[in-house]
Amino acid sequence: MSSDQQRPDDTHSAPADDAHNAFITESTVEGDREGPLADKTVAIKDNISTEGVRTTCGSAMLTDYVPPYNATVVDRVLDAGATLNGKTNMDEFGMGGTTETSAFGPVANPVDTDHVPGGSSGGSAAAVAAGDADLALGTDTGGSVRNPAAFCGVVGIKPTYGLVSRYGIVAYANSLEQVGPLATTVEDAALLLDVIAGPDDRDATTNDGGEGSAYATAADGDVDGLTVGVITDLIEGADDDVVGVFQESLDELESQGAEITEVSLDSLEHAVQAYYVIAMSEASSNLARFDGVRYGPEGDREGNWNDAFAAVREKGFGPEVKRRILLGTYALSAGYHDKYYKKAQDARAWVKQDFDAAFAEVDVLASPTMPVTPPALGESLDDPLQLYLMDANTVPVNLANLPAISVPAGDVDGLPVGLQLIGPKFGEETIIRAASAVEA
Amino acid sequence: MSESPVDPEEVRHVADLARVDLADEEVAEFTDQFADILDYFEALDEVPEVDSEPDLVNVMRADEVHDGLTQEEALSNAPETEDGFFKGPTVS
Repeated sequence: MSSDQQRPDDTHSAPADDAHNAFITESTVEGDREGPLADKTVAIKDNISTEGVRTTCGSAMLTDYVPPYNATVVDRVLDAGATLNGKTNMDEFGMGGTTETSAFGPVANPVDTDHVPGGSSGGSAAAVAAGDADLALGTDTGGSVRNPAAFCGVVGIKPTYGLVSRYGIVAYANSLEQVGPLATTVEDAALLLDVIAGPDDRDATTNDGGEGSAYATAADGDVDGLTVGVITDLIEGADDDVVGVFQESLDELESQGAEITEVSLDSLEHAVQAYYVIAMSEASSNLARFDGVRYGPEGDREGNWNDAFAAVREKGFGPEVKRRILLGTYALSAGYHDKYYKKAQDARAWVKQDFDAAFAEVDVLASPTMPVTPPALGESLDDPLQLYLMDANTVPVNLANLPAISVPAGDVDGLPVGLQLIGPKFGEETIIRAASAVEA
Repeated sequence: MSESPVDPEEVRHVADLARVDLADEEVAEFTDQFADILDYFEALDEVPEVDSEPDLVNVMRADEVHDGLTQEEALSNAPETEDGFFKGPTVS
Protein backbone atom coordinates (compact mmCIF):
# COMPACT_ATOMS: atom_id res chain seq x y z
CA MET A 1 0.00 0.00 0.00
CA SER A 2 2.97 2.27 0.37
CA SER A 3 5.23 3.61 -2.34
CA ASP A 4 7.60 5.11 0.15
CA GLN A 5 10.41 6.93 -1.60
CA GLN A 6 12.70 7.49 1.33
CA ARG A 7 16.18 6.07 1.23
CA PRO A 8 17.25 4.68 4.59
CA ASP A 9 20.67 6.28 4.47
CA ASP A 10 19.25 9.64 3.50
CA THR A 11 18.39 11.76 6.49
CA HIS A 12 16.32 14.09 4.38
CA SER A 13 14.29 12.79 1.47
CA ALA A 14 11.71 15.50 1.01
CA PRO A 15 10.06 16.14 -2.36
CA ALA A 16 12.39 17.76 -4.86
CA ASP A 17 10.04 20.70 -5.18
CA ASP A 18 9.63 21.13 -1.42
CA ALA A 19 10.83 24.72 -1.51
CA HIS A 20 9.90 25.42 2.11
CA ASN A 21 11.34 22.26 3.70
CA ALA A 22 7.82 21.46 4.85
CA PHE A 23 8.31 17.69 4.44
CA ILE A 24 10.71 15.31 6.14
CA THR A 25 9.71 12.26 4.11
CA GLU A 26 7.94 12.09 0.78
CA SER A 27 5.64 9.15 0.59
CA THR A 28 2.38 8.44 -1.17
CA VAL A 29 -0.15 6.18 0.49
CA GLU A 30 -3.40 5.73 -1.41
CA GLY A 31 -6.58 5.50 0.59
CA ASP A 32 -9.85 3.89 -0.38
CA ARG A 33 -10.49 6.47 -3.13
CA GLU A 34 -14.08 6.69 -1.98
CA GLY A 35 -15.47 8.80 0.80
CA PRO A 36 -15.60 12.40 1.94
CA LEU A 37 -11.86 12.96 1.29
CA ALA A 38 -11.70 11.03 -2.02
CA ASP A 39 -10.07 13.80 -4.05
CA LYS A 40 -7.89 15.22 -1.28
CA THR A 41 -4.22 14.96 -0.43
CA VAL A 42 -3.41 14.99 3.29
CA ALA A 43 0.02 15.68 4.78
CA ILE A 44 0.70 14.12 8.17
CA LYS A 45 2.83 15.60 10.95
CA ASP A 46 5.83 13.42 11.57
CA ASN A 47 4.93 12.48 15.14
CA ILE A 48 1.85 10.59 13.88
CA SER A 49 2.60 6.92 13.18
CA THR A 50 2.32 5.73 9.59
CA GLU A 51 2.74 2.03 8.90
CA GLY A 52 5.83 1.41 6.79
CA VAL A 53 6.64 5.13 6.46
CA ARG A 54 9.29 6.48 8.79
CA THR A 55 8.13 8.72 11.58
CA THR A 56 10.96 10.85 12.94
CA CYS A 57 9.31 13.39 15.26
CA GLY A 58 11.84 15.80 13.77
CA SER A 59 14.50 14.12 15.88
CA ALA A 60 17.86 12.48 15.19
CA MET A 61 16.71 9.92 17.77
CA LEU A 62 14.11 8.52 15.35
CA THR A 63 15.74 9.17 11.96
CA ASP A 64 15.26 5.54 10.93
CA TYR A 65 12.16 4.65 12.97
CA VAL A 66 9.49 2.95 10.82
CA PRO A 67 6.23 2.27 12.71
CA PRO A 68 4.71 -1.19 12.24
CA TYR A 69 1.18 0.24 12.57
CA ASN A 70 -0.95 3.29 11.73
CA ALA A 71 -2.24 5.84 14.20
CA THR A 72 -6.03 5.68 14.40
CA VAL A 73 -6.32 9.11 12.74
CA VAL A 74 -4.27 7.85 9.79
CA ASP A 75 -6.54 4.83 9.33
CA ARG A 76 -9.56 7.14 9.45
CA VAL A 77 -8.14 9.53 6.87
CA LEU A 78 -7.32 6.63 4.53
CA ASP A 79 -10.74 5.06 5.07
CA ALA A 80 -12.25 8.41 4.10
CA GLY A 81 -10.58 8.11 0.70
CA ALA A 82 -7.70 10.55 1.09
CA THR A 83 -4.22 10.14 -0.32
CA LEU A 84 -1.39 10.72 2.16
CA ASN A 85 1.36 12.65 0.44
CA GLY A 86 4.09 13.01 3.02
CA LYS A 87 5.28 13.43 6.59
CA THR A 88 5.71 17.01 7.63
CA ASN A 89 8.54 18.79 9.38
CA MET A 90 8.10 19.83 12.99
CA ASP A 91 9.87 21.06 16.07
CA GLU A 92 11.69 18.11 17.64
CA PHE A 93 9.07 16.01 19.52
CA GLY A 94 6.72 19.02 19.22
CA MET A 95 8.91 21.12 21.49
CA GLY A 96 9.00 24.59 20.00
CA GLY A 97 6.87 27.24 18.38
CA THR A 98 8.89 28.02 15.24
CA THR A 99 9.83 24.62 13.68
CA GLU A 100 13.47 25.65 14.11
CA THR A 101 14.28 22.90 16.63
CA SER A 102 13.79 20.20 13.94
CA ALA A 103 16.82 17.99 13.35
CA PHE A 104 15.89 18.22 9.65
CA GLY A 105 16.32 21.98 9.38
CA PRO A 106 13.88 24.87 9.68
CA VAL A 107 10.76 25.41 7.57
CA ALA A 108 10.25 28.65 5.64
CA ASN A 109 6.91 30.43 5.92
CA PRO A 110 5.34 30.33 2.42
CA VAL A 111 3.82 33.78 3.01
CA ASP A 112 7.27 35.30 3.57
CA THR A 113 10.21 32.91 3.37
CA ASP A 114 12.41 35.03 5.64
CA HIS A 115 10.05 34.22 8.52
CA VAL A 116 9.25 31.13 10.57
CA PRO A 117 6.00 29.25 9.87
CA GLY A 118 5.31 28.87 13.59
CA GLY A 119 5.25 25.50 15.24
CA SER A 120 5.44 22.91 16.25
CA SER A 121 3.27 21.73 13.31
CA GLY A 122 5.07 24.21 11.02
CA GLY A 123 5.52 21.75 8.16
CA SER A 124 1.81 20.89 8.13
CA ALA A 125 0.80 24.57 8.04
CA ALA A 126 3.40 25.44 5.40
CA ALA A 127 2.38 22.48 3.20
CA VAL A 128 -1.24 23.64 3.23
CA ALA A 129 -0.37 27.33 2.78
CA ALA A 130 1.91 26.54 -0.18
CA GLY A 131 -0.66 24.26 -1.82
CA ASP A 132 1.58 21.19 -1.42
CA ALA A 133 -1.27 19.39 0.35
CA ASP A 134 -5.02 20.05 0.41
CA LEU A 135 -5.26 19.27 4.11
CA ALA A 136 -2.91 18.39 6.93
CA LEU A 137 -2.90 16.88 10.38
CA GLY A 138 -0.94 18.45 13.20
CA THR A 139 -0.88 17.97 16.95
CA ASP A 140 -1.58 20.69 19.51
CA THR A 141 -0.11 20.36 23.00
CA GLY A 142 0.14 24.07 23.81
CA GLY A 143 -0.81 25.70 20.52
CA SER A 144 1.11 23.65 17.96
CA VAL A 145 -1.76 23.59 15.44
CA ARG A 146 -3.14 27.11 16.05
CA ASN A 147 0.23 28.88 16.18
CA PRO A 148 1.46 27.77 12.71
CA ALA A 149 -2.06 28.15 11.28
CA ALA A 150 -2.02 31.79 12.42
CA PHE A 151 1.54 32.43 11.21
CA CYS A 152 0.96 30.83 7.78
CA GLY A 153 -2.48 32.38 7.22
CA VAL A 154 -4.45 29.12 7.26
CA VAL A 155 -7.10 27.53 9.49
CA GLY A 156 -6.26 25.18 12.37
CA ILE A 157 -8.45 23.47 14.96
CA LYS A 158 -7.46 22.15 18.39
CA PRO A 159 -10.30 19.79 19.38
CA THR A 160 -11.71 19.21 22.87
CA TYR A 161 -9.52 16.77 24.80
CA GLY A 162 -10.98 13.32 24.19
CA LEU A 163 -12.66 14.08 20.84
CA VAL A 164 -9.84 12.65 18.70
CA SER A 165 -7.82 9.49 19.33
CA ARG A 166 -4.19 9.87 20.30
CA TYR A 167 -3.42 6.21 19.53
CA GLY A 168 -0.22 6.15 17.49
CA ILE A 169 0.85 9.69 18.37
CA VAL A 170 4.37 9.79 19.78
CA ALA A 171 3.61 11.17 23.22
CA TYR A 172 5.04 14.47 24.45
CA ALA A 173 2.51 15.57 27.12
CA ASN A 174 -0.48 13.22 27.01
CA SER A 175 -2.80 15.15 29.31
CA LEU A 176 -2.62 18.20 27.02
CA GLU A 177 -2.32 17.05 23.42
CA GLN A 178 -4.85 16.48 20.66
CA VAL A 179 -4.56 15.85 16.93
CA GLY A 180 -6.04 18.69 14.90
CA PRO A 181 -6.74 19.53 11.24
CA LEU A 182 -5.23 22.34 9.13
CA ALA A 183 -6.71 23.62 5.86
CA THR A 184 -7.10 26.77 3.79
CA THR A 185 -10.78 27.10 4.67
CA VAL A 186 -12.82 26.61 7.82
CA GLU A 187 -15.11 24.18 6.02
CA ASP A 188 -12.23 21.98 4.84
CA ALA A 189 -10.67 21.89 8.31
CA ALA A 190 -14.08 21.00 9.75
CA LEU A 191 -14.51 18.25 7.14
CA LEU A 192 -11.21 16.68 8.23
CA LEU A 193 -12.33 16.96 11.86
CA ASP A 194 -15.53 15.09 10.97
CA VAL A 195 -13.35 12.27 9.63
CA ILE A 196 -10.93 11.95 12.58
CA ALA A 197 -13.30 12.64 15.51
CA GLY A 198 -14.93 9.97 17.61
CA PRO A 199 -14.19 7.37 20.28
CA ASP A 200 -11.43 4.79 19.84
CA ASP A 201 -11.15 1.80 22.12
CA ARG A 202 -7.36 2.04 21.75
CA ASP A 203 -7.34 5.43 23.52
CA ALA A 204 -9.23 5.28 26.81
CA THR A 205 -9.24 9.09 27.06
CA THR A 206 -11.56 9.39 24.05
CA ASN A 207 -15.30 9.60 24.60
CA ASP A 208 -18.51 10.20 22.69
CA GLY A 209 -18.90 13.89 23.63
CA GLY A 210 -18.93 14.85 19.96
CA GLU A 211 -21.60 12.32 18.98
CA GLY A 212 -24.11 13.58 16.44
CA SER A 213 -21.92 16.51 15.43
CA ALA A 214 -21.58 17.67 11.83
CA TYR A 215 -18.63 20.02 11.77
CA ALA A 216 -18.40 20.85 8.05
CA THR A 217 -22.13 21.61 7.97
CA ALA A 218 -21.62 24.03 10.85
CA ALA A 219 -19.45 26.30 8.68
CA ASP A 220 -22.49 28.33 7.63
CA GLY A 221 -21.37 31.76 8.81
CA ASP A 222 -24.48 32.36 10.89
CA VAL A 223 -23.42 34.39 13.94
CA ASP A 224 -26.63 36.34 14.45
CA GLY A 225 -27.22 36.58 18.20
CA LEU A 226 -23.91 34.90 19.12
CA THR A 227 -22.15 36.42 22.14
CA VAL A 228 -18.38 36.73 21.83
CA GLY A 229 -16.29 37.48 24.95
CA VAL A 230 -12.95 39.15 24.32
CA ILE A 231 -10.37 37.90 26.85
CA THR A 232 -8.82 41.20 27.89
CA ASP A 233 -5.94 39.43 29.70
CA LEU A 234 -4.74 38.10 26.34
CA ILE A 235 -4.86 41.49 24.61
CA GLU A 236 -2.57 43.27 27.03
CA GLY A 237 0.58 41.39 26.02
CA ALA A 238 -0.07 41.50 22.27
CA ASP A 239 1.55 43.85 19.74
CA ASP A 240 -0.56 46.92 18.92
CA ASP A 241 -0.66 46.11 15.21
CA VAL A 242 -1.86 42.58 15.98
CA VAL A 243 -4.57 43.93 18.28
CA GLY A 244 -5.66 46.31 15.50
CA VAL A 245 -6.21 43.44 13.06
CA PHE A 246 -7.94 41.42 15.82
CA GLN A 247 -10.29 44.35 16.46
CA GLU A 248 -11.22 44.52 12.77
CA SER A 249 -12.23 40.86 12.83
CA LEU A 250 -14.45 41.54 15.87
CA ASP A 251 -16.04 44.45 14.01
CA GLU A 252 -16.77 42.05 11.16
CA LEU A 253 -18.48 39.62 13.55
CA GLU A 254 -20.46 42.46 15.12
CA SER A 255 -21.62 43.69 11.71
CA GLN A 256 -23.05 40.21 11.11
CA GLY A 257 -25.12 40.26 14.26
CA ALA A 258 -22.76 38.98 16.96
CA GLU A 259 -22.64 40.72 20.32
CA ILE A 260 -19.12 41.57 21.56
CA THR A 261 -18.38 41.81 25.28
CA GLU A 262 -15.25 41.74 27.43
CA VAL A 263 -14.24 39.15 30.00
CA SER A 264 -11.22 38.83 32.28
CA LEU A 265 -9.81 35.56 33.60
CA ASP A 266 -7.45 36.16 36.54
CA SER A 267 -5.99 32.66 36.42
CA LEU A 268 -4.45 33.24 32.98
CA GLU A 269 -1.58 35.17 34.54
CA HIS A 270 -0.23 31.78 35.66
CA ALA A 271 -1.16 29.71 32.62
CA VAL A 272 2.21 29.75 30.86
CA GLN A 273 4.10 28.68 34.00
CA ALA A 274 1.55 25.96 34.73
CA TYR A 275 1.63 24.75 31.14
CA TYR A 276 5.41 24.47 30.99
CA VAL A 277 5.75 22.73 34.35
CA ILE A 278 3.10 20.14 33.39
CA ALA A 279 4.31 19.67 29.82
CA MET A 280 7.96 19.32 30.84
CA SER A 281 7.10 16.92 33.65
CA GLU A 282 5.10 14.69 31.34
CA ALA A 283 7.83 14.93 28.70
CA SER A 284 10.53 13.83 31.13
CA SER A 285 8.52 10.67 31.75
CA ASN A 286 7.35 10.05 28.16
CA LEU A 287 10.78 10.49 26.60
CA ALA A 288 12.41 8.06 29.03
CA ARG A 289 11.60 5.34 26.48
CA PHE A 290 14.21 6.65 24.04
CA ASP A 291 17.18 4.65 25.25
CA GLY A 292 18.56 3.11 22.05
CA VAL A 293 17.29 -0.41 22.87
CA ARG A 294 13.88 -0.76 21.19
CA TYR A 295 14.50 2.01 18.66
CA GLY A 296 16.90 4.86 18.13
CA PRO A 297 20.53 5.07 17.17
CA GLU A 298 22.86 2.30 18.12
CA GLY A 299 24.68 3.39 21.22
CA ASP A 300 28.18 2.83 22.43
CA ARG A 301 27.79 -0.43 24.31
CA GLU A 302 30.83 0.23 26.49
CA GLY A 303 30.14 0.81 30.14
CA ASN A 304 27.02 -0.02 32.10
CA TRP A 305 23.33 0.30 31.31
CA ASN A 306 22.98 3.85 32.63
CA ASP A 307 26.12 5.12 30.89
CA ALA A 308 24.94 3.64 27.59
CA PHE A 309 21.50 5.25 27.90
CA ALA A 310 22.94 8.65 28.80
CA ALA A 311 25.29 8.51 25.80
CA VAL A 312 22.52 7.62 23.31
CA ARG A 313 20.28 10.37 24.71
CA GLU A 314 23.08 12.94 24.49
CA LYS A 315 23.52 12.03 20.84
CA GLY A 316 19.86 11.68 19.85
CA PHE A 317 18.20 14.68 21.50
CA GLY A 318 18.59 18.35 20.51
CA PRO A 319 19.00 21.20 23.01
CA GLU A 320 15.34 22.12 23.49
CA VAL A 321 14.37 18.50 24.15
CA LYS A 322 17.19 18.14 26.70
CA ARG A 323 16.14 21.39 28.32
CA ARG A 324 12.56 20.21 28.79
CA ILE A 325 13.50 16.71 29.96
CA LEU A 326 15.87 18.16 32.56
CA LEU A 327 13.46 20.84 33.80
CA GLY A 328 10.68 18.25 33.98
CA THR A 329 12.91 15.87 35.91
CA TYR A 330 13.74 18.72 38.26
CA ALA A 331 10.09 19.73 38.77
CA LEU A 332 9.17 16.17 39.71
CA SER A 333 12.21 15.50 41.91
CA ALA A 334 12.03 15.02 45.66
CA GLY A 335 11.60 18.33 47.46
CA TYR A 336 10.35 20.24 44.40
CA HIS A 337 7.25 18.30 43.40
CA ASP A 338 4.89 20.27 45.67
CA LYS A 339 6.47 23.59 44.76
CA TYR A 340 6.18 23.16 40.99
CA TYR A 341 4.05 20.24 39.83
CA LYS A 342 1.35 20.40 42.47
CA LYS A 343 1.06 24.18 42.15
CA ALA A 344 0.83 23.84 38.38
CA GLN A 345 -2.05 21.38 38.80
CA ASP A 346 -3.80 23.89 41.06
CA ALA A 347 -3.34 26.56 38.41
CA ARG A 348 -4.73 24.20 35.79
CA ALA A 349 -7.87 23.59 37.87
CA TRP A 350 -8.20 27.35 38.39
CA VAL A 351 -7.96 28.03 34.65
CA LYS A 352 -10.69 25.43 34.01
CA GLN A 353 -12.97 27.05 36.58
CA ASP A 354 -12.38 30.50 35.08
CA PHE A 355 -13.32 29.26 31.61
CA ASP A 356 -16.43 27.51 32.96
CA ALA A 357 -17.54 30.74 34.60
CA ALA A 358 -16.93 32.72 31.40
CA PHE A 359 -18.96 30.28 29.31
CA ALA A 360 -21.91 30.81 31.62
CA GLU A 361 -21.99 34.35 30.16
CA VAL A 362 -20.86 34.04 26.53
CA ASP A 363 -21.01 31.54 23.64
CA VAL A 364 -17.40 31.83 22.48
CA LEU A 365 -14.25 33.56 23.71
CA ALA A 366 -11.85 35.45 21.45
CA SER A 367 -8.21 36.57 21.41
CA PRO A 368 -5.45 37.01 18.87
CA THR A 369 -4.06 33.49 18.30
CA MET A 370 -0.49 34.77 18.65
CA PRO A 371 0.49 38.02 20.37
CA VAL A 372 3.03 38.75 17.61
CA THR A 373 3.54 38.24 13.87
CA PRO A 374 5.91 35.44 12.76
CA PRO A 375 9.50 36.15 13.86
CA ALA A 376 12.30 36.21 11.30
CA LEU A 377 14.08 32.88 10.82
CA GLY A 378 16.98 32.50 13.25
CA GLU A 379 16.04 35.22 15.71
CA SER A 380 14.21 33.22 18.39
CA LEU A 381 16.24 30.28 19.61
CA ASP A 382 18.77 32.06 21.83
CA ASP A 383 16.28 32.86 24.56
CA PRO A 384 14.02 29.91 25.42
CA LEU A 385 11.99 31.81 28.02
CA GLN A 386 10.99 34.47 25.47
CA LEU A 387 9.78 31.68 23.17
CA TYR A 388 7.70 30.17 25.97
CA LEU A 389 6.04 33.54 26.58
CA MET A 390 4.95 33.63 22.93
CA ASP A 391 2.52 30.79 23.85
CA ALA A 392 0.53 32.92 26.32
CA ASN A 393 -2.65 32.95 24.22
CA THR A 394 -2.70 29.31 23.14
CA VAL A 395 -1.77 27.27 26.26
CA PRO A 396 -4.83 28.14 28.41
CA VAL A 397 -7.04 26.12 26.05
CA ASN A 398 -4.93 22.99 26.49
CA LEU A 399 -4.90 23.37 30.28
CA ALA A 400 -8.71 23.58 30.22
CA ASN A 401 -9.19 20.73 27.67
CA LEU A 402 -11.26 23.06 25.46
CA PRO A 403 -11.67 23.36 21.68
CA ALA A 404 -10.30 26.36 19.78
CA ILE A 405 -9.83 27.43 16.18
CA SER A 406 -7.45 29.86 14.53
CA VAL A 407 -8.79 31.59 11.44
CA PRO A 408 -6.98 34.20 9.31
CA ALA A 409 -7.95 37.70 10.48
CA GLY A 410 -5.75 39.84 8.24
CA ASP A 411 -2.12 40.88 8.15
CA VAL A 412 0.43 43.34 9.47
CA ASP A 413 2.81 44.44 6.70
CA GLY A 414 2.06 41.23 4.81
CA LEU A 415 2.56 38.93 7.81
CA PRO A 416 -0.55 36.93 8.82
CA VAL A 417 -2.52 37.45 12.02
CA GLY A 418 -4.89 34.79 13.35
CA LEU A 419 -8.10 35.17 15.31
CA GLN A 420 -8.53 32.52 18.01
CA LEU A 421 -12.06 31.49 18.94
CA ILE A 422 -12.47 29.25 21.98
CA GLY A 423 -15.56 27.18 22.73
CA PRO A 424 -16.91 25.27 25.70
CA LYS A 425 -16.21 21.54 25.97
CA PHE A 426 -17.33 19.83 22.74
CA GLY A 427 -18.46 23.21 21.37
CA GLU A 428 -16.60 22.68 18.07
CA GLU A 429 -19.68 23.43 15.94
CA THR A 430 -20.06 26.86 17.55
CA ILE A 431 -16.46 27.96 17.00
CA ILE A 432 -16.50 26.59 13.44
CA ARG A 433 -19.68 28.57 12.72
CA ALA A 434 -18.17 31.76 14.16
CA ALA A 435 -14.86 31.29 12.34
CA SER A 436 -16.62 30.77 9.02
CA ALA A 437 -18.24 34.19 9.43
CA VAL A 438 -14.82 35.82 9.73
CA GLU A 439 -13.12 34.28 6.70
CA ALA A 440 -15.79 35.70 4.38
CA MET B 1 17.74 25.87 44.12
CA SER B 2 15.39 28.49 42.74
CA GLU B 3 15.86 30.79 45.72
CA SER B 4 19.57 30.82 44.95
CA PRO B 5 21.17 30.92 41.54
CA VAL B 6 21.24 27.56 39.76
CA ASP B 7 24.72 26.08 39.85
CA PRO B 8 26.39 23.74 37.35
CA GLU B 9 26.52 20.86 39.83
CA GLU B 10 22.73 20.84 40.11
CA VAL B 11 22.35 20.82 36.33
CA ARG B 12 24.75 17.84 36.18
CA HIS B 13 22.83 16.08 38.95
CA VAL B 14 19.47 16.47 37.18
CA ALA B 15 21.03 15.39 33.87
CA ASP B 16 22.33 12.31 35.66
CA LEU B 17 18.85 11.53 37.03
CA ALA B 18 17.42 11.97 33.52
CA ARG B 19 20.18 9.83 31.93
CA VAL B 20 21.33 12.54 29.55
CA ASP B 21 25.05 13.22 29.16
CA LEU B 22 25.86 16.91 28.74
CA ALA B 23 28.92 18.60 27.28
CA ASP B 24 30.53 21.28 29.48
CA GLU B 25 29.22 24.04 27.19
CA GLU B 26 25.69 22.66 27.54
CA VAL B 27 26.01 22.64 31.33
CA ALA B 28 27.07 26.29 31.28
CA GLU B 29 24.27 27.33 28.92
CA PHE B 30 21.59 25.38 30.82
CA THR B 31 22.76 26.81 34.16
CA ASP B 32 22.01 30.34 32.98
CA GLN B 33 18.78 29.45 31.19
CA PHE B 34 17.40 27.34 34.06
CA ALA B 35 17.95 30.22 36.46
CA ASP B 36 15.76 32.45 34.25
CA ILE B 37 13.10 29.83 33.66
CA LEU B 38 12.85 28.66 37.29
CA ASP B 39 12.70 32.27 38.40
CA TYR B 40 9.73 32.72 36.08
CA PHE B 41 8.08 29.55 37.49
CA GLU B 42 8.33 31.13 40.97
CA ALA B 43 5.07 32.98 40.22
CA LEU B 44 3.25 29.68 40.76
CA ASP B 45 3.71 30.37 44.48
CA GLU B 46 0.89 32.93 44.16
CA VAL B 47 -1.60 30.32 42.93
CA PRO B 48 -4.18 29.55 45.61
CA GLU B 49 -5.00 25.99 46.52
CA VAL B 50 -7.89 25.07 44.26
CA ASP B 51 -10.58 22.60 45.18
CA SER B 52 -11.15 20.67 42.06
CA GLU B 53 -13.45 17.77 41.68
CA PRO B 54 -12.59 16.41 38.28
CA ASP B 55 -15.51 14.65 36.65
CA LEU B 56 -13.59 11.42 36.34
CA VAL B 57 -15.28 8.09 36.06
CA ASN B 58 -13.81 4.65 35.70
CA VAL B 59 -14.02 3.50 32.10
CA MET B 60 -14.35 -0.27 32.17
CA ARG B 61 -14.33 -2.70 29.32
CA ALA B 62 -14.20 -6.44 28.95
CA ASP B 63 -10.68 -7.85 28.99
CA GLU B 64 -10.57 -9.39 25.52
CA VAL B 65 -7.62 -10.64 23.53
CA HIS B 66 -6.97 -8.73 20.29
CA ASP B 67 -4.24 -9.09 17.71
CA GLY B 68 -1.12 -7.14 18.60
CA LEU B 69 2.25 -6.69 16.95
CA THR B 70 4.08 -9.84 15.97
CA GLN B 71 7.43 -10.45 17.63
CA GLU B 72 9.12 -9.61 14.35
CA GLU B 73 7.27 -6.29 14.09
CA ALA B 74 8.01 -5.41 17.69
CA LEU B 75 11.72 -6.01 17.14
CA SER B 76 11.88 -4.37 13.71
CA ASN B 77 13.27 -1.03 14.92
CA ALA B 78 15.75 -2.33 17.49
CA PRO B 79 19.41 -1.61 16.78
CA GLU B 80 20.36 -5.02 18.20
CA THR B 81 18.38 -8.19 18.83
CA GLU B 82 19.32 -11.74 19.83
CA ASP B 83 17.18 -14.89 19.68
CA GLY B 84 13.97 -12.85 19.36
CA PHE B 85 14.77 -10.49 22.23
CA PHE B 86 15.82 -6.87 22.45
CA LYS B 87 19.49 -6.67 23.29
CA GLY B 88 20.43 -4.01 25.78
CA PRO B 89 23.71 -2.88 27.25
CA THR B 90 25.34 -4.61 30.20
CA VAL B 91 23.61 -4.33 33.54
CA SER B 92 26.35 -3.84 36.06
